[in-house]
Amino acid sequence: MTSYDASFRVWRGDPEGGELRDFTVEVHDGEVVLDIIHRLQATQAPDLAVRWNCKAGKCGSCSAEINGRPRLMCMTRMSVFDRTDTITVTPLRAFPVVRDLVTDVGFNYEKARSIPAFVPPPGVAAGEYRMQQIDVDRSQEFRKCIECFLCQDTCHVVRDHEDNKPSFAGPRFLMRIAELDMHPLDAAASEGLDRKRTAQDDHGLGYCNITKCCTEVCPEGIHITDNALIPLKERAADRKYDPLVWLGNKIGRRRDG
Amino acid sequence: MPSFMTQVDRQQWDVIVVGAGGAGLRAAIEARERGARTAVICKSLFGKAHTVMAEGGIAASMGNVNGHDNWQVHFRDTMRGGKFLNQWRMAELHAQEAPDRVWELETWGALFDRTADGRISQRNFGGHEYPRLAHVGDRTGLELIRTLQQKIVQLQQQDFKETGDHESGLKVFQECTVTRVLKDGDRVAGTFCYERESGRFFVLEAPAVVLATGGIGKSFKTTSNSWEYTGDGHALALLAGAPLLNMEFVQFHPTGMVWPPSVKGILVTESVRGDGGVLRNSEGKRFMFDYVPDVFKEKYAESEEEGDRWYEDPDHNRRPPELLPRDEVARAINAEVKAGRGSPHGGVFLDVSTRMPAETIRRRLPSMYHQFKELADVDITAEPMEVGPTCHYVMGGVAVDSETAAAVGVPGLFAAGEVAGGMHGSNRLGGNSLSDLLVFGRRAGLHAAEHAAAAADRPGVAQREIDAAAQEALAPFHADEGAENPYTLHQELQQTMNDLVGIIRRDAEMREALERLAVLRTRAARAGVEGHRQFNPGWHLALDLRNMLLVSECVAKAALERTESRGGHTREDCPGMDRAWRPVNLLCRPVVPAPADPAADRIALVRCATDPIRPDLLALFEKEELVKYLSEEEL
Amino acid sequence: MATGTEPPVRLSGVHHPSRAAIAARHLRTDRWWLAPAGTAAGLLAFIAYSTWRAFANADYYAAPYVSPFYSPCLAENCVPMRNGPNWDLFGSWWGLSPALLILVFPLGFRLTCYYYRKAYYRGFWASPPACAVAEPHSGYTGESRFPLVFQNMHRYFFYAALPVAGILTYDTVLTFRDAQYAWGHMGLGTLLFLVNIVLIWAYTLSCHSCRHIIGGRLRHFSKHPVRYRLWGLAGKLNARHTLLAWSSLISVALCDLYVYLLATGAFDDPRLF
Repeated sequence: MTSYDASFRVWRGDPEGGELRDFTVEVHDGEVVLDIIHRLQATQAPDLAVRWNCKAGKCGSCSAEINGRPRLMCMTRMSVFDRTDTITVTPLRAFPVVRDLVTDVGFNYEKARSIPAFVPPPGVAAGEYRMQQIDVDRSQEFRKCIECFLCQDTCHVVRDHEDNKPSFAGPRFLMRIAELDMHPLDAAASEGLDRKRTAQDDHGLGYCNITKCCTEVCPEGIHITDNALIPLKERAADRKYDPLVWLGNKIGRRRDG
Repeated sequence: MPSFMTQVDRQQWDVIVVGAGGAGLRAAIEARERGARTAVICKSLFGKAHTVMAEGGIAASMGNVNGHDNWQVHFRDTMRGGKFLNQWRMAELHAQEAPDRVWELETWGALFDRTADGRISQRNFGGHEYPRLAHVGDRTGLELIRTLQQKIVQLQQQDFKETGDHESGLKVFQECTVTRVLKDGDRVAGTFCYERESGRFFVLEAPAVVLATGGIGKSFKTTSNSWEYTGDGHALALLAGAPLLNMEFVQFHPTGMVWPPSVKGILVTESVRGDGGVLRNSEGKRFMFDYVPDVFKEKYAESEEEGDRWYEDPDHNRRPPELLPRDEVARAINAEVKAGRGSPHGGVFLDVSTRMPAETIRRRLPSMYHQFKELADVDITAEPMEVGPTCHYVMGGVAVDSETAAAVGVPGLFAAGEVAGGMHGSNRLGGNSLSDLLVFGRRAGLHAAEHAAAAADRPGVAQREIDAAAQEALAPFHADEGAENPYTLHQELQQTMNDLVGIIRRDAEMREALERLAVLRTRAARAGVEGHRQFNPGWHLALDLRNMLLVSECVAKAALERTESRGGHTREDCPGMDRAWRPVNLLCRPVVPAPADPAADRIALVRCATDPIRPDLLALFEKEELVKYLSEEEL
Repeated sequence: MATGTEPPVRLSGVHHPSRAAIAARHLRTDRWWLAPAGTAAGLLAFIAYSTWRAFANADYYAAPYVSPFYSPCLAENCVPMRNGPNWDLFGSWWGLSPALLILVFPLGFRLTCYYYRKAYYRGFWASPPACAVAEPHSGYTGESRFPLVFQNMHRYFFYAALPVAGILTYDTVLTFRDAQYAWGHMGLGTLLFLVNIVLIWAYTLSCHSCRHIIGGRLRHFSKHPVRYRLWGLAGKLNARHTLLAWSSLISVALCDLYVYLLATGAFDDPRLF
């Protein structure tokens, strides 16, 4: 096993202020950035705050920005860097900082609450649900989401414009709407809830300018833009901007395959 | 002891659920639906619990893929897997209720993989006679957590409509730790907690507390468990006066990653074998055929050809021995490595690349494909994985009432999920964990809510108790010169447990472990940390050490006591399963009052006899099979 | 475009007081500016070329080839093309280049295309210039308001793009003639036109709106097996939408250039048979 000393710059601070601090730290074969942060904790900065959990890319806790790019620390192998590189690690820059590498991701939990939940189909008992695999494939892709919130972090709509936060749910939760709208048994319509329309009216789908950064950063490789956001935009267009469909609905020919 | 009054925020709830994994969330949903105001408290962010790591599926005898399956068969498999040490009533309830718990998830929005006729698809798994595991690719745990999380959000949306406050009936306190269950006399009165972010203390008062904290894996060096698994619930129960059951049974999952070192222990799902993956040693031999124990001889294939045919035609062939229960496979791998037939990094080879087309592998095992690609730079569609045993699950846990999940001896305390003992006997079958969470999580929530509603008067929390808990929690900041580093202590504890109370155990080693644990306890009493209370990981670890040391003492004591090998407890000096031990449970009781000397034992071991298995359940087995397990008088 | 070294416009975005205090607008160390710069350069080059050619009103027909910029040719001032796409819908009052009449449709299709939107929002508007690189604008409403809300009209341009692609297919068929209009011949231009029309169709059918109309809007694929299969095919094409957008853009310009070179007599069309 080989090891070497790497140069790290890690942001340390809190809401009052902070700075990038330089560290030199040992790196062994096969390690990931999170290992190095842990080594810093154990040897040089015992009170360095970092959020993590599964260390296998499954829980989405250790989100940070590494050399300016939103990433999971546990899934960023040290071998992708040159040994001479200085590796900069900062907290997510779209959310309020708590301390060091930990940010307040409460924005996302608020948005999660603002999306109306799955509505079970009336009259279908538990155990009687029948769905075809091809009908659940699309929503299943979105349910791979580990809620690391990297897409929320990188999306310029809120990253660069704090004032958009109240009106924009962000890629993760627009995708959640798409997931429910494509769920073969969701009965929101029976309660008078039009997910396509509310995506545009209440959750800020129109703010998305499909520049695909959410897709670029997704550690699960979900095609957020192509499979969720754009189809949702098209569905919203059906409802709001398509006079043919509008006319069809008016004269009672609802076409909801 | 200096006297001081700790001013803390106090909140009143009906039910407190400690832990927000599958069991905790299912308990919280049930309690809230029964009208109890429910607080959930968890160490991580909401939705990040260790349950997300579960890959294979949820065992439930829905019979969607093989119509012969029913709860009796599931019960039988569970008892066999647990070597008949299971609390049979729990195993019965579990097998009966699991299908309803799975179907219920669908009504909350879960999307399982489907069969051709549109039902929930079910897959094969070690120890299960029929395809039984409801699954979503290999990310079933994530689906479970997300579904429960979204159900909780739905309940909160409902509360918001009625009260204008999302958190009026169900609140999640995330990134908080509970250090003590508080009591009023015998009864549970609440929990003492701190926010990890700020270090601020607070007290939740409630007549019912559900422990759902998961396992103890972080006491071992090689483990698939996350940092949260420090045995908190086990320790909280002990400190509240509730005994733990059968703590010697620790499951080592046969297939954890062995390289690179930073991910050593991370799980490689059993579905790899369920879907056709085979184990080979360095000589290329499928060695599992040499390790089929007598009790399983009739159930498993004798040749590679028969094993391979089973994947296509399970009705006329026997399953390959790669699908033996986990304890058997883990021991076999251990033996191969010891015999010098291991892989370069000290494991064995698990191969799917020669068994399935690359496209199929990527589709059926997407997370495994990614995990190896990203973490080890191994393409599992082209080369074999290297795997070895990793500490995965503790079968032992809080001794509970089978029906109500109430902890023995402490009114108002409940436990569900991994922290509860008994359900899995000496060894848990894959897939039975997620169903356990749902079945007993619901039962714990239900009975906790009923307990809270039935309480004539609310228990009170005495200031004295709060002061004591605060003082205990702050101790690491007051350590003198020469304070012990909690990280060092933790490493030594993990090494001790791994080496001396690990997968293969010996009398002398366990005695040595107990001595080392006594020394570690003394040193841990001097554990000190620098800095302040805000998000201070060193401090958090210092507090968790207390729990890990307590639990480790239980494991080592019980393991030393049980002079046989059974399931997740393997003694080199007592290699056989002993029928006389079948009806014996080992209870770890706290020594009361806790001794002042940290080196003194904190645990007293008590043997107790299990209830006889109900005759109609015994009748599900062949007589010839029962004689292998049950003692003469039981028969 | 943002250079990454400009001072913050105001305390918003990543410099909002609640966020981690980091002065740099981004900390990326890779050549993140390369992609938006390349996109902008490519699009500008096409715009410059196509504007020149569209206004030129000359050298767009060299039998049997008609430049895709001028097809169909809808005014009286069009060059007569034997069997070609001459449809004098506008009459003699139209005095400008006839290309302007028809280019509106492909232009609108590409302008509202989800890929090109990404490309020019990033490349020209720097909104954002690259992922996690702060954009220089102080306010942002995206496509939620006038005028960008009209991007939702993409599907109508898709409908319009279908007949245009049909006519270009017709033009391609006409290229199987020689310069004397005899059938059964092929030249180098025929090959070029064939490649172009395949790319045009692939780009058109890989459109996100097309994918939606074909099947994406359905809830239960299992009830519409044919549309499900078509949706799957559209999805496969859609995954290459970016590649098709660029390659069809280049091929259409090359076809036009080829016709221009033939029409100006720069060289003769090499005949294959």
